[in-house]
Amino acid sequence: MLQLTGATYRYAGYAKPVLHEVDLRLDDGEIVGLVGPNEAGKSTLCLVASGLAPASIGGDLSGTLTLDGMPAAGLKTHQLAERVVVGFQNPNTQRSGIAATVFEEIALGPMNLGLSVAETVARTREAIARLRLEHLVSRDPLRLSGGQAQLVAIASLLAMRPRHIILDEPTAQLDPAGTRLVEAALRSLAGTGTSLLIAEHKTDLLDRLCSRIVAIDGGRIVLDGPTAATFEDPRLTDLGVEPPARARLGRALAERGVDPAVADDAITAAAVTPDAAEAMP
Amino acid sequence: MTVAEAVLRTEVLVHVYPDGTRALDGVDLSIARGQRVAIVGQNGSGKTTLVRHLNGLLRPTEGRVLVDGADATGRRVAALAATVGLAFQDPDRQIFAGKVRSEVAFGPRNLGLTGAALEAAIDAALTATGLQDEANTNPYDLGYSRRKLLALASILAMGTPVVVLDEPTTGQDARGVERIRQIVASLAAEGRTVIAITHDMRFAAESFERIVVMRGGRIVLDGTPADVFAEDAWPTLASTFLEPPLAARIGVRLGLGSTPTDQALAVALSRVTGD
Repeated sequence: MLQLTGATYRYAGYAKPVLHEVDLRLDDGEIVGLVGPNEAGKSTLCLVASGLAPASIGGDLSGTLTLDGMPAAGLKTHQLAERVVVGFQNPNTQRSGIAATVFEEIALGPMNLGLSVAETVARTREAIARLRLEHLVSRDPLRLSGGQAQLVAIASLLAMRPRHIILDEPTAQLDPAGTRLVEAALRSLAGTGTSLLIAEHKTDLLDRLCSRIVAIDGGRIVLDGPTAATFEDPRLTDLGVEPPARARLGRALAERGVDPAVADDAITAAAVTPDAAEAMP
Repeated sequence: MTVAEAVLRTEVLVHVYPDGTRALDGVDLSIARGQRVAIVGQNGSGKTTLVRHLNGLLRPTEGRVLVDGADATGRRVAALAATVGLAFQDPDRQIFAGKVRSEVAFGPRNLGLTGAALEAAIDAALTATGLQDEANTNPYDLGYSRRKLLALASILAMGTPVVVLDEPTTGQDARGVERIRQIVASLAAEGRTVIAITHDMRFAAESFERIVVMRGGRIVLDGTPADVFAEDAWPTLASTFLEPPLAARIGVRLGLGSTPTDQALAVALSRVTGD
C-alpha cells in the first residue's frame, strides 16, 4: 500500500505550495486514474507520490508518504527505487543517455537494483516481449520515434517489477495499438499486486483500466470515487476534463431521445474493439 | 488536382535512414492550398519522416518533393521555411530562448518581419495560444502542455501559408484541445493549409476535411473522415491498429451509415427519430 497523508508540497525556490493537504491511498493491485486540467498539479503529485520530491529534487514537503507501512522519508534513494518507480510524460526526460542499445536501456533499471545478470536479462526480455519491442532491441535509444521511446521508457519500468508504479501520461505519444499493449501490461502488473497511479488525459483508457478516479484542481483533490460514477459527475466537465466517449455519447444519445436500452446496447457493443474482442475468451 | 494547384506534392517519395530503416516507401501525396489534412497511422509508420520532407529538414532518398509547384531539391531549409512552418512533436527540441516573447519572435524576425508588423504577429500568436500573459516568462517555467502551445505559437507567428503540426494535442487537457481546434479552424479560414499528425481520431475526424492513413511508409487510405471511418475501411484501419472513433462505431451498430463525429451521429439520429 502507498499512502500520502496531508501532503503539502512547495518546489525549491517557489513562494507558494503547489499541492495542498493531499490524502491519497493506493491499495495493492489497485489502479487509480488521476485527472485534472493542465497545471492542476498532476505531475507534481506524481513526483511527490513517487518520493522523488523532495528526496531527489528538493523542495518542502509536509505530511507523509508511506510505502507498505514504511515512511519514505527514512529511505535511501535505492531503497525508494525498489518500492516505487515513476514514468515521466516526456520519454526523453527518462532516457539514461548512457545505453548504446534499447536492450541495455531497459536492462539498466533491474541492473541498478543490484540483481544478478541472469535475473536482469530475464526481466529485460520479459518486458521487451510484453510491449512487443523485439524489433527495436539493437536500435540506438536516441534514434527512436516519440511513441517507440515512450514504450521503451515503460518497458524500463516494468523490468524493475516495482511494488508501486506512478505514471505521468504514459500513453501521450502512443498510437492505439501501443496504448492497448501498455493497457494490457499495466493490468497484468496490477494482477501481481502492484498498485498504480496513472495521470492521463485519455479518459477512455482510464475508463477501461481503473477502479477509482481522483480529480485534482489547484493542487487539491476535488473528486475521488469509483470510475463510472466519477466520470459521470458534471463537475468533471467544469474542470476541463473530457469525459470518456462512452459517457459523452450516452448523454448525447439520451438528449436525442434514443431509448436508453437501445443506446446502452449500441455503446456497449461499439465499445468492444476488435483488439478487445480478440482478447476475450 | 494539377501540379500548380497543389501547394505540396510528393512523388514516389522514398526515405531510407542511415541505419537502413526504410521509413517512406513510395509516397504520392498532393495537398491543395487551404486544405486541412490529418495524417494518422501507427508509431513508426513514417508520418514524421514524411512531414519533415515538406520543409527540407529531410531530403528524399528517391522521388521528389514539390513546394508551390517547384522542386524542393536544392532549396535551402531557410527558403522553404518561409512557406512551410513545422511545429515539432517534442517542444523541447524546438525551444531555445530565455523568454516566451523572444522565442516567438525568432521565426518571424528571420523571415524579415520588423517593427509593428513583427510585434503584431507575436501578439496574435500569443493570444491564439493563450500565452499572452506569459510574454516574459522563461519557457522552462511553463508546464509541458504550455511549452507545446509555445512551440505552436512560434510557428503561427511566422505566418507561413502552410502550417504543419506534429501531434499538437498530445498532453493537452480538454480546453487545450479546444484551443488547438480553434487555431486549426482560424488558419483554414485565412486560407492557410494545415497538416497535422495525430493519434487522436476524434480530433482528426472533427477538425480535418481529409484524413491520410499511413502504414509501413505508404498511404493505405486517403479520403474524407466519412470515407476513412466507414465500415468498409475498418479492415484496413485494423491492419494498422487504428480504431474508428466511438461515434463511427455506434453509427454502424445502429445502422446509420458512416458517422465519424458526434455531430454526424446526432444528425443521422435526428433523421431517424424525425426531429
